[in-house]
Amino acid sequence: MADPRLSSPQAEPLPTSAVATERMVRAARVRTLLPSMSGKLLTGLIIVGIITAFGLIAPSFVQDPRDSSNPALLPPSPEHLLGTTKLGYDVFAQLAWGTQGSLFVGLVAGTVSLLLAIVFGVLAGYFGGVLDEVLTLVTNIMLVIPGLPLVMVIAAYVQHTEGLGPLARSSLLVALVLGITGWAGSAVVLRATSRSLRTRDYVAASRVAGEKPLRIIFVEILPNLVPLLAAQLIFGVIFAVLGEAGLSYLGLGPTGSITLGTMLNDAQTGQAVGSGAWWWFVPPGAVIALLGAGLSLINFAIDEVVNPKLRIAPQAARSQRKARKAGRGIADDGAFA
Amino acid sequence: MTDRTEMAGSGLEARNLVRDYRIRRGFRSTTLHAVADVSFTIEPGRTVALVGESGSGKSTVARILARLESTTSGGVLLDGHPAPTRGAQLDRYRSRVQMVFQDPFASLNPFHTILHHVERPLRIHNPRMRGAEIRDRAHELLERVQLTPSTRFAERRPHELSGGQRQRVAIARALAPGATYIIADEPVSMLDVSIRLGVLNLLAELQRSEGLGVLYITHDLATARHFSDEILVMYRGEIVERGDADTVILDPQHAYTRTLLDAAADPDRLGQLREEVRKGG
Amino acid sequence: MSGRPVLTARDISIEYEVDPPVKAVQDVSLTLHRGEILGLAGESGCGKTTLAYGLNRLLKAPALQTSGEIVFHDRDGDDIDVVGLSGDGLRRYRWDKVSMVFQGSMNSLNPVMSVKAQLDDVFRTHRPGMPRAERARRSAELLGLVGVDPSRLTAFPHELSGGMRQRVMIAMALALDPQVMIMDEPTTALDVVVQRGIIREIMRLRERLGFAVIFITHDLPLLIEISDRIAVMLEGRIVELGDAERIYREPEHAYTKRLLASFPSLRGDRGGFVRRRDEQEGASA
Repeated sequence: MADPRLSSPQAEPLPTSAVATERMVRAARVRTLLPSMSGKLLTGLIIVGIITAFGLIAPSFVQDPRDSSNPALLPPSPEHLLGTTKLGYDVFAQLAWGTQGSLFVGLVAGTVSLLLAIVFGVLAGYFGGVLDEVLTLVTNIMLVIPGLPLVMVIAAYVQHTEGLGPLARSSLLVALVLGITGWAGSAVVLRATSRSLRTRDYVAASRVAGEKPLRIIFVEILPNLVPLLAAQLIFGVIFAVLGEAGLSYLGLGPTGSITLGTMLNDAQTGQAVGSGAWWWFVPPGAVIALLGAGLSLINFAIDEVVNPKLRIAPQAARSQRKARKAGRGIADDGAFA
Repeated sequence: MTDRTEMAGSGLEARNLVRDYRIRRGFRSTTLHAVADVSFTIEPGRTVALVGESGSGKSTVARILARLESTTSGGVLLDGHPAPTRGAQLDRYRSRVQMVFQDPFASLNPFHTILHHVERPLRIHNPRMRGAEIRDRAHELLERVQLTPSTRFAERRPHELSGGQRQRVAIARALAPGATYIIADEPVSMLDVSIRLGVLNLLAELQRSEGLGVLYITHDLATARHFSDEILVMYRGEIVERGDADTVILDPQHAYTRTLLDAAADPDRLGQLREEVRKGG
Repeated sequence: MSGRPVLTARDISIEYEVDPPVKAVQDVSLTLHRGEILGLAGESGCGKTTLAYGLNRLLKAPALQTSGEIVFHDRDGDDIDVVGLSGDGLRRYRWDKVSMVFQGSMNSLNPVMSVKAQLDDVFRTHRPGMPRAERARRSAELLGLVGVDPSRLTAFPHELSGGMRQRVMIAMALALDPQVMIMDEPTTALDVVVQRGIIREIMRLRERLGFAVIFITHDLPLLIEISDRIAVMLEGRIVELGDAERIYREPEHAYTKRLLASFPSLRGDRGGFVRRRDEQEGASA
């Protein structure tokens, strides 16, 4: 006869260390995939937040950045917060519009790059076989070709094409060029991760349940890749902003628009260093550096979502130290004596 | 007595299954015979146990039956018809033959809710059913596997459930398409000991009420004996012994079966090993 | 089994300092006698692994021992207060007097060092005066002792099968001739035939060298077969402790009974199993 105790599910204890870990993980984050708030994340968010707000709002409040009626090469003053350039443009106004321009290029290029990386990475990783071979071949070629010369060549070619008109020198085009040349590294990472996710039991279970492959990619695999995708997007933005600055410095940038890179280029051609006009090139350089740093800090925080051990180990050590100081422990911690 | 109409050719049949893998080592390559000429039939309402150690090929057989792997030769037949490998016919096969995986922690997607896991197969195999009905059916299934009240579990995510609860969700997911054959690949070996019986009893009860045919894959001879009608012993890709469960366990014929039985822990032999070793064994 | 205690633990409590704290081990007391096999049975979450780590002073943050004393009764008559040890004293205690075989040999052996190098490492750390030739001789002897061909000394862990890796782990644990070996699920991941071979080896070595064993596993039938005494753990406490035969034939605690019932007997009756056929009605199919 059946034992009634055994036919209903018992409450199971989880492994003690797993319970402890779970409590820390749960207490540390919201029910979704958001990274936990930490010093790193907060700093990163504040920096990026301020720069983005500046780029979005400031342009409405500054004078025309191409208004050359100001006196040239003025140092910072109450009327011109960051002085003026050789052509009389207000540097602060330029900085505001430049930040917006750079952010635009960064986001567009980063998004294009990510989408291409998903196609060449996730599809190759999940399907394998001939599709994988073809896509990986293209990825490897893109990896091997040196990035900057490639971008230079494509930019130069595109910008001299007839019939493009003002588009030729626009930041949109530069962003697209940066996007289609910068995806290969991310694609490799996504391919490796997708290949490993493909062997998970829950993917096999979906196949057995009858799911179609594309749905499996979208519903089962991509959601688990979100932290990784976010990190790759942020990388893409950083590289695009820096890449655009580099291109502009070489004169291949979007001279039709104002970006932080074009500011640096103008400063160089206008002999800002020689004239001691530090207010012209230091601000754009500083904003680029800060933006890169802020985005990287956010990326570190995302890393901790992808690999919770990065966060839990130091946290565990901290809480143990606290308890020991409060007098709870009785043995000297000889764990690594 | 369960009422079973035995039609000729009904059942899930594996016929002369062979699965080879090429292993490349430098410039040489060898062939690994993971499955070497395996044949058996699972009839509705009966459990067949496939017993063996790691490397015996039992998991490969499971994956072949679930159409996750192809065969080098030989085939699978469902009610006398060859099992398809693609297309709408594969969907129909999948609605009849389902699988419960070994690892309760890996077989559920950490990103989705429990309800999602059970609703998806329902939606796939009942494209014309309305959303509300799908949801009701999903809740019904959760209750069926004794996850009551189902509302308490529906919106949770896998990491919030224990191993035994996850395995019950996996069983509910397998039943969702209306499966009549379940391939259970070591369904309890990764669960806590005192939970295992509960899950196995659940499978047994579901089998009785739904008339399921079950392939129970395991390395544990004790549960194989008590849970199944027939036992097949696999070693290095071949079936070395087969027969009625009680007979194979109590009166083994093949040397390997005897070795397996001797190696299994038996509390009635307490102290024997100590004595043997003391005498120089 | 000479009946004299070799390790005494009294009122051990270990907590995981999370929020809220998790009491992994609560007021556990046990005495291990010379040459005895003490089985520690329990499921995941009962605290058996935490206790083992505690006895070895291997607790890792956020685990913290909050109370209790551990006394090691050395062969030469000294009593060592394990909880008070630190630095060199701790190093002399660990592995020399008490060693441990961990769960999951693939995670415990260094994948980039050969077996020879790892055994060598043990000797260099704990027997700094030992000359190289002597170390090599001892290493080969140890491998032979656990049933691994000494020619495998130069192999790397991934080149060995699971069973051989576990034997290497046991050889490493035996290197300094300890008086107590704590084994945490040493054979759980192995096939049952390999498992039996290793268990036989452990018992043979115990006959020869006389060490005591704390054998931790959830496999209660196995413990009944090989242990002298068994302790059953549940939620951080020992709920039953007694001779193996007594635990098997006359279990007292409800959890012990439930644990026993979870293992249907291979040759006997089915325990708590609801048989597939219509046995609920009592009719024979």
